[in-house]
Amino acid sequence: MGAILRRELNAYFRGAIGYVYLALFFAFTGVIYFIIVYSGLSSMMYTFAYAFYIGMYLIPLLTMRLLSEDRKLRTDQLLLTSPVRLSELVVGKFLAAFLVFALGISMMIPEAVVLSAFSAFDWPVFFTSLVGILLLGAASIAICMLFSALTENQIIAAVLGFVSMLLLSILDQFASVVSSETIKNALLGLSFYTRFFNLTLGVIDFSDVFFFFSVTGVFLFLTARVLEKQRWS
Amino acid sequence: MIEVQHLVKQYGSKRAVDDISFTVRDGEILGFLGPNGAGKSTTMNILTGYVSATSGTVAIDGHEILEEPLEAKKKIGYLPEMPPLYVDMTVEEYLSFVFDLKKVKLPKQQHIEEVCNLVRIGDVRGRVIRHLSKGYRQRVGLAQALLGSPDVLILDEPTVGLDPKQIIEIRTLIRELGEHHTVILSSHILPEVQAVCDRVIVINKGRLVADGTPEELSHALSTDHKLTVRVEGPEAEILETFRRLRHIDKAESLGEREPGCYDFNVEAASGYDIRRSVSGAVFEHGWALLGMRSSELSLEDIFLQLTEDPTEGGDV
Repeated sequence: MGAILRRELNAYFRGAIGYVYLALFFAFTGVIYFIIVYSGLSSMMYTFAYAFYIGMYLIPLLTMRLLSEDRKLRTDQLLLTSPVRLSELVVGKFLAAFLVFALGISMMIPEAVVLSAFSAFDWPVFFTSLVGILLLGAASIAICMLFSALTENQIIAAVLGFVSMLLLSILDQFASVVSSETIKNALLGLSFYTRFFNLTLGVIDFSDVFFFFSVTGVFLFLTARVLEKQRWS
Repeated sequence: MIEVQHLVKQYGSKRAVDDISFTVRDGEILGFLGPNGAGKSTTMNILTGYVSATSGTVAIDGHEILEEPLEAKKKIGYLPEMPPLYVDMTVEEYLSFVFDLKKVKLPKQQHIEEVCNLVRIGDVRGRVIRHLSKGYRQRVGLAQALLGSPDVLILDEPTVGLDPKQIIEIRTLIRELGEHHTVILSSHILPEVQAVCDRVIVINKGRLVADGTPEELSHALSTDHKLTVRVEGPEAEILETFRRLRHIDKAESLGEREPGCYDFNVEAASGYDIRRSVSGAVFEHGWALLGMRSSELSLEDIFLQLTEDPTEGGDV
């Protein structure tokens, strides 16, 4: 697993993708941070709210080539014939993407430090928000990774990932226009934003944490199953 | 070392591999011979655990590839038809990655150095694989398979796309490797298999059609004794003399090959050795015998003979 993680992590910064992702992420969240400071707010709630969308929409950039490229270049023949478990392969690739995502998020720490020097800063809220955005990132990466396993075309993987992120991110807005209570509750239960928003309030609710963990787990499992199935077809 | 039993691979309605069984002994160099699309690569992909067989078993040194994949895969070095290279890495980075991936327990720097020297890629270690020529890429692929010094090497068309000098180098290397490893290599080039392998398996349309040493195969099939003879002298007269010899079924001239010298095909009735009588007759007449070779079936003939299926029309 270590070997795969290191290779993928290096691959992000050997090409342009890692830099492009980080640059876009820093630029977008930086603008929000500037607006907060400019308008005299001492909470980073809005930065996190925007990081939610920006993170989700940019994640397909990180995941699109993770598995599709191996299939296209036939390097999967090396990975799958090496003494490596499928789970190691999937988790190794997942962690590489997650670390780059976390690197982007880590920029919010100095931002918070600066803000706290000039105002009464609510650190517990910042901390739970940080946990929330990392959990959200993990779940989103796992979902997008599945699309990368399903196709050998990076662009298709990216588009499918983006569309699914777009739908997931507006699930709660869907919910607000649905009349049926059952469907509304089901949608809200699945809504990433609702779950994430709970965490940004400074309370770590076990069910929210569990939700993101299970989504991550289920999609990593599905990815491994897709790879396994490709060997049988 | 390798035991394959009743391997079947079904792709939809097409049977890519149809009930193939064979065993490979320790230290043997086995050649897979067959036309393109015969099922060689599919068989190799199953042996290495890249694809799964529809039915049948593969055991590497007693470890079944589906039951104990990690143990089995540890024993295999695989060079697929298209070397599985990360072209954005340098040779050094790539081999270091494969070394870690395979969890090799040998001293890293030293082992990579040894493998690089073996396949002669020491001079390109710092270069990005994308910029390497086909020959070098193939050798980096081979180096990758050799990392960890696995007991079994499975090489899918290892000389494809190389120039003649490189082909000879790789063949020599495979022979050397055969001293310490069990090797399976596939090829559709007959002389290659003949030159390198101890044993040959011929595959056609997913079926195993022959299994034996290159010599065995050619003996088994060459029922008739044919000679090709080159003689300096008058063509018609020589031909007439040959035809009058005992036990000779057929003699024909192949035409003038050097000034004043002619080639003849002489065919004896089955079971007779006619080399002495032919050379005797030439000397008796005061002609010069410039060459004689028995035209036992070459692997090429065997191949055509075995893979030609008269019931299905010749679409081979």
